[in-house]
Amino acid sequence: MTDQSQQLESITQREYKAGFVTDIEAESLPPGLSEDVIREISRIKGEPEFMLEWRLKAYRHWLTMDTPEWAHVHYPEIDYQQISYYSAPKKKDDGPKSLDEVDPELLRTYEKLGVPLDERARLAGVAVDAVFDSVSVASTFQDKLAEEGIIFMPISQAVKEHPELVEKYLGSVVPYKDNYYAALNSAVFSDGSFVYIPKGVRCPMELSTYFRINAANTGQFERTLIIADDDAYVSYLEGCTAPMRDENQLHAAVVELVALDRAEIKYSTVQNWYPGDENGKGGIYNFVTKRAACRGESSKVSWTQVETGSAITWKYPSVVLQGDNSIGEFYSVAVTNNMQQADTGTKMIHLGKNTSSTIISKGISAGRSQNAYRGLVRVGPNAENARNYTECDSLLMGDKCGAHTFPYIEVKNPTAKVEHEASTSKISEDQLFYCKQRGLDAEDAVSMIVNGFCKQVIRELPMEFAVEAQNLLGLSLEGSVG
Amino acid sequence: MLEIKNLHASVEGKEILRGINMTVNPGEVHAIMGPNGAGKSTLSNVLAGRDGYEVTQGEVIYKGENLLELEPEERAQRGVFLAFQYPVEIPGVSNIYLLKAALNAVRKYQGLDEVDAIDFLNLVRDRMKLVKMDEQFLHRNVNEGFSGGEKKRNEILQMAVLEPALAILDETDSGLDIDALRVVAEGVSALRAEDRSIVMITHYQRLLDHIVPDFVHVLSEGKIVKSGDKELAKELEKSGYSWVHDAPEGQTA
Repeated sequence: MTDQSQQLESITQREYKAGFVTDIEAESLPPGLSEDVIREISRIKGEPEFMLEWRLKAYRHWLTMDTPEWAHVHYPEIDYQQISYYSAPKKKDDGPKSLDEVDPELLRTYEKLGVPLDERARLAGVAVDAVFDSVSVASTFQDKLAEEGIIFMPISQAVKEHPELVEKYLGSVVPYKDNYYAALNSAVFSDGSFVYIPKGVRCPMELSTYFRINAANTGQFERTLIIADDDAYVSYLEGCTAPMRDENQLHAAVVELVALDRAEIKYSTVQNWYPGDENGKGGIYNFVTKRAACRGESSKVSWTQVETGSAITWKYPSVVLQGDNSIGEFYSVAVTNNMQQADTGTKMIHLGKNTSSTIISKGISAGRSQNAYRGLVRVGPNAENARNYTECDSLLMGDKCGAHTFPYIEVKNPTAKVEHEASTSKISEDQLFYCKQRGLDAEDAVSMIVNGFCKQVIRELPMEFAVEAQNLLGLSLEGSVG
Repeated sequence: MLEIKNLHASVEGKEILRGINMTVNPGEVHAIMGPNGAGKSTLSNVLAGRDGYEVTQGEVIYKGENLLELEPEERAQRGVFLAFQYPVEIPGVSNIYLLKAALNAVRKYQGLDEVDAIDFLNLVRDRMKLVKMDEQFLHRNVNEGFSGGEKKRNEILQMAVLEPALAILDETDSGLDIDALRVVAEGVSALRAEDRSIVMITHYQRLLDHIVPDFVHVLSEGKIVKSGDKELAKELEKSGYSWVHDAPEGQTA
C-alpha cells in the first residue's frame, strides 16, 4: 500500500459529531411486541378506532412474514421482543403546546444539532417538525402555514384532527402488506410528519422534519405522509441523527407521497444516523420504505438523498408513475465507511403514457464497507413512450471496500426507451497529488474531489441543506483517503 | 532559493538521478534540457514530493529548509509550484473553486485571512489576461475536456494566481502548437520577477526562444553533464543530444 492509500485510510477515520445523549426523563413502554403493546400505543395517542384496527391488521399480517434476505447486507437476527416500541420525553399534559412549554433540555438538544426550534432564530424560509424518539416535540410555523390552508403537523395530531385525510391516504402508496418492515411500521408507528398542500397552493417555505433517536433500546418507527393536491408544490427536507451507542438500534420508517394532477413534491434527505464505530460495533439499522405515487397527470416527484450514516441502510425511494406525462426523479449519494453496509437505490414504475424518470446514483465506499446500488425500472404494457435515464457511478477509496450495482429492467411496451450508464472509479493518486501540489492537505483534497463527484446530486438539494451535505461528506470520509 | 546537492533518487529500485548538483538564486531562470529518459521528470517530481520516488542520497535546501522532509502540500504552501506535464482532470470541481481553495491554502500558511470574494475575482480576471483565457474557463471543471493548449494555459494561470517563489515547469511546451506556445511563454515571461525563480524542464529549444533563460543545464543519464548560458541550448538544437554523452564528466560552466 502506498503512502497515499494509507493517508486516504487515515482521513476516513472520522468522529461522529451528533453522538451525544440528552439526559431527559422518558416514558417508555417496556421492551416487547404484542397486540397489547399496539393497543397501548394507540391508547396513549388517543387514536380513533380505525387507526387501531389498521395497526392490528398490519401486526397480524407481519406475524406471517419473513425477514427479507435478498439485500446485499449482513447482520445478526433482530430480536423484536428486545425492542421498546414507544419512548417519549415526559411532559405535564397532552395536547398541542407552544414552543415556550417545550422542555428547555430538548430545545438545547436541537440547537446543538444545528436545528434551533425558536422561530426567530430560524432562517425565515423553513418550518420544522422535531421528532424525538417516538413523538413530535415541536412543530414551528403551524399557524402561518394554516393561513394558506397548508397542514403541517405531527401525524399523531393529524390522525385526530384530520382523520378523513389520514384514512383516505395512509397506506394507499405503501400498503401494510408491502414488505416486512412496512408491516412492522404500520403496526407500531408512533409519530412522523403529516403534510397536506391544498389545490393550487405553492408552499411558501421549505418544510422539514428533524428525526432524533435518543433513548437506548428503542426503535424509531416514524411515518410520514405528504399529499400535494392539484397544482400544489412543496419542498420537504428531513434530517436524522442518533447518539453513539454500542447496541444496534432499529429505525424502520415509512414515507408515502401522493402527487395529484400537476402537483410537484420535492423530497430531500440528509441521513446521518450513528454508523457504528470503526469495528462495526453499534449503529442504526435503517430499514426504510419510501414511495411516491404520481397519481395525477403531469405530476412530478423528485427524491434527493445524501446517505452518510447508519450501520446498515436498506432503502429504495420509489415513484409509481400512474398519471400520464408524470415525472419521477431520484438523485442519491450514499457514502459508506468503516464497516457500514448500504443497499440502496430506487424503483421507477411506469404505468401512464409519456412518463419519464431519471436516476442519478453516486456511491462512495471507503474502509471495509460495502455499497450497493439496486434499482428497478419497470415499464408497463400501457406506458406508451416511457423514458428512463439511469446513471450510476461508484467511487472506491482504498482496496478493502466494495461497490456493487444491481440494475433490473423490465419493459413490457415496445415504445419505451431505457438507458443505463454505470462507472466505477477510484480517487486517483494523480488527482490527489495534483491538489496537494496546489497546497491543499489530503483531507481537503478528498473532500473536494468527492464533492465534485457528487455535484449532480448536491445541486438538487435546497441551498442550506447542500452546505450541510457537503460538510457531512467531508466529515464522513474524514480519516479515509487511496 | 534552491540548492540541490548530490541528489540521488530511484524509482522502483532503479536509480534514475545519480548525483545532481544545482544552485538557483532568486530571480534566475534555469532551463534543464536533455533526451528522453535522462531523468528530467523524475527531478521535477522529486522536488514536488510525489509518491513513488525514493531519495537515496543528497539533499535539497529550499529557503534554508530541508525540502525533502516536507509533505507536497507543505512545499506548495511555502511557494514551490509545479506546472504539470499532464495536468489532471477533476470532474465536478470548477476551475475557480480549485483556484480559490489553493490560494486560501497558501494564505492560511502565510497567516492571512481567506481571500475576499470580490478581491479574488478581480485578481483572477487580471491574471487571466496574461494567458488570454476567457472567463467561462473559470466555471468549467478542472481540465475536463480541455485541449492540450488549454490545460497548459490553465497551469500558468494557477501559477499567476498563486505567485510562487519557485516555479518548476515540467515540459510545459510539449503538445503545444506554435500559437499556444507563444501565449504560454508570454505568460511565463510576464511572471519573471526578482524574487521568483523559474526552473523550466524541456526537451526542445523552441521554448527558450520565447523565455530566455539565464542558465541552461544538460541532463543525461541522471547527471548534469554540461551547463552554460542560452547559447548552449542553440548548440544542442544544432547537434542534438548525442554529443553530450561523449563530453567529459563534470565539465560545467
